[in-house]
Amino acid sequence: MNEVREAVDWAAFPDMRGHFGPYGGRFVAETLMGALDELQAVYEKYMQDPEFLAELDTDLKQFVGRPSPLYHAERLSRELGGAQVYLKREDLDHTGAHKVNNTIGQALLAQRLGKTRIIAETGAGQHGVATATVAARLGLECVVYMGAEDIQRQSPNVYRMRLLGADVVAVKSGSRTLKDALNEAMRDWVTNVDNTFYIIGTVAGPHPYPAMVRDFQSVIGREARAQHLEMTGRLPDALVACVGGGSNAIGLFHPFLGDPSVEMIGVEAGGEGIATGRHSAPLCAGQPGVLHGNRTYLMEDEDGQIVATHSISAGLDYPGVGPEHAWLKDLGRATYVSVTDEQALRAFHRMTRTEGIIPALETSHAIAHVIDIAPRMRPDQSLIINLSGRGDKDLNTVAALEGMEL
Amino acid sequence: MSRIVGRFEETRASGRAALIPYVTAGDPAPEVTVPLLHDLVAAGADLLELGVPFSDPMADGPVIQLACERALAHGTRLRDVLEMVREFRRTDTDTPVVLMGYLNPVERMGHEVFVTAAAEVGVDGVLMVDLPPEESGDLSGLLEQAGLDPIFLVAPTTSEFRLRHVAAAARGFIYYVSLKGVTGSQNLDPAALGARLGAIRAISDLPLGVGFGIRDAATAAAVAQVADAVVVGSAIVRLAEQHPEAPERFRTAAAEVVREMRTAMDASRTAAPAAV
Ligand SMILES: Cc1ncc(COP(=O)(O)O)c(C=O)c1O
Repeated sequence: MNEVREAVDWAAFPDMRGHFGPYGGRFVAETLMGALDELQAVYEKYMQDPEFLAELDTDLKQFVGRPSPLYHAERLSRELGGAQVYLKREDLDHTGAHKVNNTIGQALLAQRLGKTRIIAETGAGQHGVATATVAARLGLECVVYMGAEDIQRQSPNVYRMRLLGADVVAVKSGSRTLKDALNEAMRDWVTNVDNTFYIIGTVAGPHPYPAMVRDFQSVIGREARAQHLEMTGRLPDALVACVGGGSNAIGLFHPFLGDPSVEMIGVEAGGEGIATGRHSAPLCAGQPGVLHGNRTYLMEDEDGQIVATHSISAGLDYPGVGPEHAWLKDLGRATYVSVTDEQALRAFHRMTRTEGIIPALETSHAIAHVIDIAPRMRPDQSLIINLSGRGDKDLNTVAALEGMEL
Repeated sequence: MSRIVGRFEETRASGRAALIPYVTAGDPAPEVTVPLLHDLVAAGADLLELGVPFSDPMADGPVIQLACERALAHGTRLRDVLEMVREFRRTDTDTPVVLMGYLNPVERMGHEVFVTAAAEVGVDGVLMVDLPPEESGDLSGLLEQAGLDPIFLVAPTTSEFRLRHVAAAARGFIYYVSLKGVTGSQNLDPAALGARLGAIRAISDLPLGVGFGIRDAATAAAVAQVADAVVVGSAIVRLAEQHPEAPERFRTAAAEVVREMRTAMDASRTAAPAAV
């Protein structure tokens, strides 16, 4: 395995057509191909442009509040009795999750392209809020597609988006969750491609989205690497992040890919358990196919129809995953595991009580896995959890599970 | 010569535009599809486009989304669609059949297994909406080896550079998406269409079919003046929605729409020969 870790030039991926090995690519209807070519051209141009990068950097500092702290969770580490647990505090980003790192970047590109209308899909509502926020700040029209079921379970975020001036459209087709919101956003984009910029919220979709979103989110890993080195004098032994589409995970992982000693673990939503079929864990229990513009691992039936997924967390309730994760899995460079709803919920409470940090239910999946593995590591070892978001949006869900209505 | 190429030679020779109705296989129920296809041919269809239902039809509007849901609710799978073509071919060996759908069911079946089966049952062309030529090398190669035509879309947003690329990969005919939007949209502009088709003809000799947004006989007739083929989908599929409990009424209504379009298209070509 270390041969793979040392031999691959990670910066060279994806290739020009957006392929990560057999994964990724650009599988969309012809109408969008021109817009994707255009997007790829501006993205490649501005990621080399010192003025653009300076503007992005200023926004990340002054509007998002970067750098986010790396926090040593000493009490949790002591309780677990193994590795030192560090939290990369993306919950402290403006709007409460890592999603804004990406929406800031894409909105600046939308401006460069002269687009006046922004669309987005959202599951948990965090990406929708982050998009509505940057659209408000830049004075752009904003439409957010959200599954009707997710609108129910994430109502505080729906209200936040509306306050920010976004038009939140309930998607009632299919399973009424994130994948259907993505379908509907694609349909909008095909129809309004001249004036509209589609801000995808994760490292999925057609090229260049998986690479572009990764690049905007990689600030997480760049900071975390420098912070950990400064705080401990060494690299962490492992990185752990939850994986819905995979943007917070790849944002943390990517800057460490060239460090062979660093393990990377992505945690998928095991829902009611992999064996029940009611989960959202394509890397653990799916297989390669094509959906939403890229080839990747999917949850599908034997006819290639996409199946309904389940997770307690709306942000992980998605049948696909970013193509780079599919490739890292096949190469063995990262490992993917799953955590059930129940384990995530227990981790949610434990983090809240032990460290005074209420994590998002998505993030709680990563925490649950660390609670499992840290005790088996030595106290002179360390790991970083991407604390991808705060849990305020989930209070209704958690309270309801405990028989309370807020 | 493929059945598709042959059919276009006939329609060209007789000065007509071809009429290509689209229906979703298995909608409203699997047993309706084959009799419906025969009805459409009797009513004047020159080629048939048979939709393979998919759970996430991203390029389709609400009408075809619901058709996919109805078909899937009846358990219509890719292998069932192939069986429908086999059954259709028992009594019709002339009318070309194009399968239209999304890539993932084909991925799951496996490219080789799919192409072998499609050729065996009598499919003539394959159009995967989410498979642009850039990604299609493997499947297109297999299709061509088996004598099937890989069919590709060209859109109003397709640049000249891309158009050359698509034209090089396409066989059978080019499917021109008449508008920016999903299937069933309603803002087709026949005047702009003529200019656009002219630009495509400067690059490709393939017949040009026009689809998306052809909602009635008048639009079909206008498009028939400038295109080699008119593809009509949502205007037919919508009728399945209107007759949920009465498939015979759906078949009659669908055939009636095709007949009206056929009549209007032929009249418009006789009245004003297309400038092509
Ligand atoms: C806090 C938080 N973490 C994680 C995710 C999952 O997305 P991704 O896998 O792209 O990081 C979401 C998505 O909504 C989220 O809100």
